[in-house]
Amino acid sequence: MVLTTKGEMDESLLEKREGSVDNEIEMTTWVEYWLDGELVHRSAHVTLKKPVTFGGEAAAFA
Amino acid sequence: MANTQSMCTSFMKELMLAQHQFGSSTITSRTSLTAPTTDTFKAALYFASATVNAATTAYSVTGEVTNTSGSGYTAGGVTVTNATAPLSTNTTATAGVAYWTPSASFSWSALTVTTAFDAVLVYNSTQSNKAVSVHTFGSQTITSGTFTLTMPTNDTTNALLRLSTT
Repeated sequence: MVLTTKGEMDESLLEKREGSVDNEIEMTTWVEYWLDGELVHRSAHVTLKKPVTFGGEAAAFA
Repeated sequence: MANTQSMCTSFMKELMLAQHQFGSSTITSRTSLTAPTTDTFKAALYFASATVNAATTAYSVTGEVTNTSGSGYTAGGVTVTNATAPLSTNTTATAGVAYWTPSASFSWSALTVTTAFDAVLVYNSTQSNKAVSVHTFGSQTITSGTFTLTMPTNDTTNALLRLSTT
């Protein structure tokens, strides 16, 4: 069963479309379910790959 | 042996644990000043049209994701699961990394947001919602679905937050 804009529906009644993006920033997968040309479900799963980094430095005495 | 100039890596970790204070500041009282409890961090999503960046100082509802329908998203976002304290590692005599990653994914279910969003703000809800970091990703919309942000591996090169010297 799939949660859709029309409530829970059997997956066999729906057209399933999937995709993914994999680059230096993220790895993302998504799945959509369509019913008679209408998007009724879309989920996405993003894995973050680019950390936020702060640099640190100790000053030298001249 | 020789002394080598560098910021101590453990010091960077201690900053993340608020074990150092170089000037006066106002913070929300913790249980004890000698053994403070861990603050609560939260993660909020922002529309692609919003402006959250390095200049963001605190969580704001301005530009935050709202539900197109239903109630899958709550203002303020979700509480960050924080089971692992910051860690630090020296890589050379002059370089090291302190790092931290939430210990579970951020996830919203039964969500419908049909306006594109592309950022999450991590902030400290215990300390007046002070901003911690902004992380961006490709624009997404969700329809009666689940949106999950999976955390990277918590190590010196991939952790979500890294303090480093080189």
